[in-house]
Amino acid sequence: MKDKINGGKAWVFGDDIDTDQLAPGRFMKASISELASHCLEGINEKFATDVKTGDVLVAGKNFGIGSSREQASQALKHLGVSALVAKSYGGIFFRNAINFGLLAVVCTQAKSIQQGDEIAINSEIGTVHNLTRNETYVCEKLPSQLLDILKHGGLIPHLEKMLKEKEQMDQSIRE
Amino acid sequence: MAETLAEKIIARAANRKKVCPGEIVTCNVDLAMMHDSGGPRRIKPILERLHAKVWDADKVVLVSDHYAPAVDAESAEILSLTRKWAVENGIKNFYDQQGICHVILPERGHLLPGMFVVGGDSHSPTGGAFGCFMFGVGATDMASILITGKTWIKVPNTIRIEITGTPGDDSVIADGVSAKDIILYLCSRLGVGGAEYQVIEYAGDIISHLSISERMTLTNMTAELGAQTGLIAADETTFNYIRQTGRKQERQVRVDNNSALQSDDDAYFSATHKVNVAELVPYVAMPDSPDNAVTIEKVSGVQIQQAYIGACTGAKLEDLQMAARVLKNNTVAKGIRLLIAPASIQTTAAAAADGTLKILTESGAILMPSGCGACAGYGAGILAEGEVCISSTARNFKGRMGHPTSKVYLGSPYTVAASAIVGHITDPRKFLNGDRK
Repeated sequence: MKDKINGGKAWVFGDDIDTDQLAPGRFMKASISELASHCLEGINEKFATDVKTGDVLVAGKNFGIGSSREQASQALKHLGVSALVAKSYGGIFFRNAINFGLLAVVCTQAKSIQQGDEIAINSEIGTVHNLTRNETYVCEKLPSQLLDILKHGGLIPHLEKMLKEKEQMDQSIRE
Repeated sequence: MAETLAEKIIARAANRKKVCPGEIVTCNVDLAMMHDSGGPRRIKPILERLHAKVWDADKVVLVSDHYAPAVDAESAEILSLTRKWAVENGIKNFYDQQGICHVILPERGHLLPGMFVVGGDSHSPTGGAFGCFMFGVGATDMASILITGKTWIKVPNTIRIEITGTPGDDSVIADGVSAKDIILYLCSRLGVGGAEYQVIEYAGDIISHLSISERMTLTNMTAELGAQTGLIAADETTFNYIRQTGRKQERQVRVDNNSALQSDDDAYFSATHKVNVAELVPYVAMPDSPDNAVTIEKVSGVQIQQAYIGACTGAKLEDLQMAARVLKNNTVAKGIRLLIAPASIQTTAAAAADGTLKILTESGAILMPSGCGACAGYGAGILAEGEVCISSTARNFKGRMGHPTSKVYLGSPYTVAASAIVGHITDPRKFLNGDRK
């Protein structure tokens, strides 16, 4: 299944990257494309302009700590980031990432990933592969409930599917 | 089997006899709170796409606070959209520019001990001061809750923080030292994210003596520790507050087994931290993180341009009263602007009635509308390039209050007020000596 594998070039960030860096407050009124163009600009000016579809963001602990603003994860999704690999996440940010269909894995072993390494992630098995360095890191396996949401592309398509199924069931009972 | 307070509330909301940390359960939401930034402007398109309606309009509280009052065409549109959506969806509990959501909720009697509450804002743990399990989510989660009335939760472990000391007659901790100093100290000790999305439950004799307002400051900034929420078991202080807001005690949501709304004595805590406040002094968080907190003498003398008393954390009536005690018979230093945005219009009214506002405004403070404004860099009062601000708010992430090069120090309302008088960060205790005799 191709949706199990997310992969691309690594963008490496440090610890405690907060939501105000991902989605700066002064651009919160703007469209998502405008907001995303300022994503992480305070730390790496080139990120928003140079990141390619499929790229993977690698970070230390507490990635996305802070605000509940889901534009923090939406901006990364908008820029084409296919997955996040971090030691830990801000709790609300983590939920928001899954809700936008953005794979977020917890991986404490991924210290040797360098900027630009080719990364592939198998979320079903729970592994992160560094194709550049020929290394494999074990990550925490996501609960099946969250993998289901990711499989449908996020919480809203997931909910859409559930509501449709419920409607069909109600209809068949009526018939 | 012994349970924590959080487990009891979650089990009741999940229609389960008991729940275990680590399992994922689906909970019925007793109350859903959202604001103008993460609310209708984000969830309206989702509800329309799914042809869905709000599951129970009476269980929704909507507060316009982030873009209030409007400062440009975009913020005016966001507020207008919020207003229209409230009418179209029959949301009776809509507070349009009345104050900040986390202060509005208890003030208008929406929180009762034992409730399972979800808020569309990261400072939702504030509600834990009332014995509610209240946590923050993003707008997509909120949309899902508005449609289904439910949400999933991974049952968290609880960390217990026991705050002990000898409460004094005049001040619970020590004069000039407040709950804000306790939480800044805890940030320095545990680090942002140190709670790893567990629950932090506060207990101990200092907690039982703290006012509701001070408890709110603690649970509010529990978000900064990376906890899912903060909790303080309800006691007489809680019930007295709730009686004042006109809610009937029998409407309290009670846990099924009728045990008191608190953690069992032998409940499992993943960690227990003890804090003795006997030696506690004012704390200040240096840029750019709340866990960069140090004792006041380490930052004393840092020049500021702005002092800000505002936000859900630091502009409740008691916060304004703290500032007023320092500012009485003093004036704001030349070249310094002290901005004060009371947390709600009820706060402003109460501060006007008891003389607090008179002291503040006579000192030269600039009174601002209630709202999230400068704290999150959304509205009026933001910082220019290179400016330095001392603030009673919760967060000082890089660039949060304006220009990316601006710097924010976090302190108590006492510390912010004292710093405004001298023009640099200073220990507030020297302004308090003897004023209560």
